[in-house]
Amino acid sequence: MAFPILTSLIALPVAGALLLLLVRDDEKNEPLVRNIALVVSTLVFLETLLLWSRFNPASADFQFIERYAWMPAFGIEYFVGVDGISLLLIVLTGFLTPIALLCSWESVHKKLKMFCVFVLLLESAMIGVFVSLDLFLFYVFWDAMLVPMYFLIGVWGYDRRIYAAVKFILYTMAGSVLMLLAILGLAYLHPDGPTFDLLKLYAIEVPRNQQFWFFLAFALAFAIKVPLFPFHTWLPDAHVEAPTAGSVILAGVLLKMGTYGLVRFAFPLFPEAAAFFAPYLAGLAVVGIVYGALVAMVQPDMKKLVAYSSVSHLGFVVLGIAAMNTQGVQGAVYQMLNHGVSTGGLFLIVGMLSDRRHTRLISEYGGLKNVVPRLVAVFLLVTLSSIGLPGLNGFVGEFLILLGAFRWDPRFAAIAATGVILSATYMLWMFQRVNYGPVTNEKNASLPDLQPREWLVIVPIIAMAIVMGVFPNLFLRPMEPSVQRMLNQVHNGAPSRIQAKSLP
Amino acid sequence: MSFGSWNAIVPMACVTAAALAAMVAEAFRAPGERMPIGPLGAIGLAGALISSILLWSDGASSFGVVLADKFGLFVTFILIIAGFLSLAISEPTIDREQLPRGEYYALMLFAVAGMMLMATATDLLVIFLALEVLSLAVYVLTGIRRDHAPSTEGALKYFLLGAFSSAFFLYGIAFTYGLTGSTRLDRIGSLMAAQGGSPTPMHLMAVGLLFVGFAFKVSAVPFHMWTPDAYEAAPPAVTGFMSTGVKAAAFAAFMRVFLAAFDPLRPSWSLILWVVAAATMIAGTVIGVSQSSVKRMLAYSSIAHGGYLLLALLAANDVGKAAMLFYLLTYAVTNIGAFGVISVLETTDRPNDRVRDYAGLWYSRPALAALMTIFLLSLGGFPPMAGFIAKWYVFSAAVKRGYTGLAIIGVLTSVVSVFFYLRIIVMMYMTTSDSPVRIPPVPRMAGAALVVSAILIFYLGILPTRVLDWAAASISTIF
Repeated sequence: MAFPILTSLIALPVAGALLLLLVRDDEKNEPLVRNIALVVSTLVFLETLLLWSRFNPASADFQFIERYAWMPAFGIEYFVGVDGISLLLIVLTGFLTPIALLCSWESVHKKLKMFCVFVLLLESAMIGVFVSLDLFLFYVFWDAMLVPMYFLIGVWGYDRRIYAAVKFILYTMAGSVLMLLAILGLAYLHPDGPTFDLLKLYAIEVPRNQQFWFFLAFALAFAIKVPLFPFHTWLPDAHVEAPTAGSVILAGVLLKMGTYGLVRFAFPLFPEAAAFFAPYLAGLAVVGIVYGALVAMVQPDMKKLVAYSSVSHLGFVVLGIAAMNTQGVQGAVYQMLNHGVSTGGLFLIVGMLSDRRHTRLISEYGGLKNVVPRLVAVFLLVTLSSIGLPGLNGFVGEFLILLGAFRWDPRFAAIAATGVILSATYMLWMFQRVNYGPVTNEKNASLPDLQPREWLVIVPIIAMAIVMGVFPNLFLRPMEPSVQRMLNQVHNGAPSRIQAKSLP
Repeated sequence: MSFGSWNAIVPMACVTAAALAAMVAEAFRAPGERMPIGPLGAIGLAGALISSILLWSDGASSFGVVLADKFGLFVTFILIIAGFLSLAISEPTIDREQLPRGEYYALMLFAVAGMMLMATATDLLVIFLALEVLSLAVYVLTGIRRDHAPSTEGALKYFLLGAFSSAFFLYGIAFTYGLTGSTRLDRIGSLMAAQGGSPTPMHLMAVGLLFVGFAFKVSAVPFHMWTPDAYEAAPPAVTGFMSTGVKAAAFAAFMRVFLAAFDPLRPSWSLILWVVAAATMIAGTVIGVSQSSVKRMLAYSSIAHGGYLLLALLAANDVGKAAMLFYLLTYAVTNIGAFGVISVLETTDRPNDRVRDYAGLWYSRPALAALMTIFLLSLGGFPPMAGFIAKWYVFSAAVKRGYTGLAIIGVLTSVVSVFFYLRIIVMMYMTTSDSPVRIPPVPRMAGAALVVSAILIFYLGILPTRVLDWAAASISTIF
């Protein structure tokens, strides 16, 4: 039997968390705790790279499949596998977690052990979401992920952390419980009795009326997670109040689960309903693009600005998915990775500034260029990557999405394109107010520049931004066959569609 | 009718013997002397456990009115687990409140015996008998803190309303007997089916009165009023016991009576049950949100969980019946755990059951806070805890049967209920207290019971297959 690489990816962080629980929680052990967590998460990252190197990019099928019976009476299995769409998201998860841990090296001291435990448990659940090919298993990870994130925001966050944490968990749950019912309904539709096997469910033809409701239930859960306008209101609160590590993981990985869910579940399972609802989704997406950008422009708080920019950027991703053509979907998946890197980077930099000054208000800063030139240099690079400057990562994704959207419906592309301009406006304006001009606030006059640890945090981000901007094919090629297969599924239906039985 | 076999009553006989022994021991106890009466009860429960395991494969029937089939035995197992855990977490309460040790344990064991009888009885009169045995014991346990005024008040309320509902139940039996000439469930079922046609007002009276009797015992809305008062009045260890044991026994009998005897009348009671289930889920969660006492909050949560069980009862397919058994087991383990933590936090001068009393518990007592978190998250239905599988099982039954509307109400109320479970977690983890609550050390037995509950919760949540199979096997023997 082959080495169960996916299971080990899920199990390794949990094992690390259990190991940490054995360590006594006192100040003497702080370095030990940090190092265990960092080593475990780095091992996970290396293992995701190993996964990538073993992955066969020419194949559209799921690879590294493992399946074991779990609750056989209900057709529930432990069934995991990756394809080109989920592969890179797993790598992204592995990439961002050690960075998130490293960036809280100095800022988190309270209950450090549990902080690391929750980050590792969260990582495990996130990987679980991306590899699950059994809908029940997927739901288990999807829901299990909420708890550690809730604690990360609620315990280690800023002033209004409790409100933000409760809002986060209730919003997400409210959306996902209806998806649970849709999953159950779908499972009972299969002629062989209940099955949660995604590949078997891909093959059934769901009656039109039920497609409609199931798609709505799935789409609501994912739209809240993305978050799509008008379901986005939990996001600014959660982002602003979360500790930097929480924001990085939230923006970097958690939001991608919504869009990943659309690509993996909602569209291929219910193609007719998807075709019907795609224009509405795209409509909400472009509203979100413009609205997010406009709101971001007037934010006095840097973290809130970045949070609203996420609403805008994720709108692009949904637009690309709704277009349902090769460029659109490839661009969407690419943009998921980009957004993880560049917005993760922005949160890291905001975190560094607020570690120094304990404020995130733009008006408190000004003229940092002369005080901390290196920090400002990396800030600029990350900002440009977020705006989508050609040569950096953001450009490739947005360009592909706009191309795909244009081929589908030029009106959406036209409105979305204004989002590109607006994003340049709000990001650069913020950058200018923070970094240029004279030093107006003397508290800023003697800030320390980047520390070695901070270099270690930010350099991988910048390296990724450049690599992804210059060699996009490295990332696009492995996902291409899978994206193509998924598009065929949506457009033509699966080769052997079986008629579903109707519910009583 | 065969009087040959006594086997079916052996489990409850073991428990009854232990209860009698506890009473005798109490009589011979010198004032101030510590007697190991708790372990005596444990021996009785262990006897019940062994005899139930021996009965599992073949089953037994005694006197034609007690049937130890797999269904009854599964509920018996739940009751034994609830009994063990409750004995263990009672210790600190008894010591602190200086309760009469022997009486306390004897009453608890009599209640367990009554519950076991209720779960295995197949005759309406025996069910009534069992109901009274367990109710009387529980009324007294509720008011066992005699010099504590609110406790007495709650117990009296519980007793008056409970006696009233017993009368309903008895009246229902009388009507049923009038209609069919029998109190045996199987004969009632076949006669009802034979009578056919549309139900007469007599039929509706019989069903309605029995329904009210059961609805009271499982605290379904609108017969739930006694629940918060009684739960608050009783010592937390007793509350944990009665919220799970009474529920398990009452639902077992509810299921036997309505799905075996009154199944032919299903069209006339299913709509009522639909409305009551919806009302119970909604009222339990919505009122639960506004509670500031943890005990009252858990009382409303218990009402809401009753609503999910009613949903499984209504679905009444193979999934639903098994779901109910699994749910009762999960709920017993989880809720006794939660009340166990509450009882550990209590001190002589303060109940410490306001939500704000939990502030900063994580910083002072991380292990207790972690255990409470596990219980609360399981009640809220988060994976990988048992509560998630249990809820999923119930909703799966509802969707399969086509009760989608009720399933939607169920999932949405479960989100609302998460809000109030989270309130306690917020308090424990995300706030600190200026005047931290002074918590006595946790006795070893109670601590062990809490840890065992937590382990069971994870076991049932991650590897539920075996127990799910048992539950599925249990319902295949009847109905």
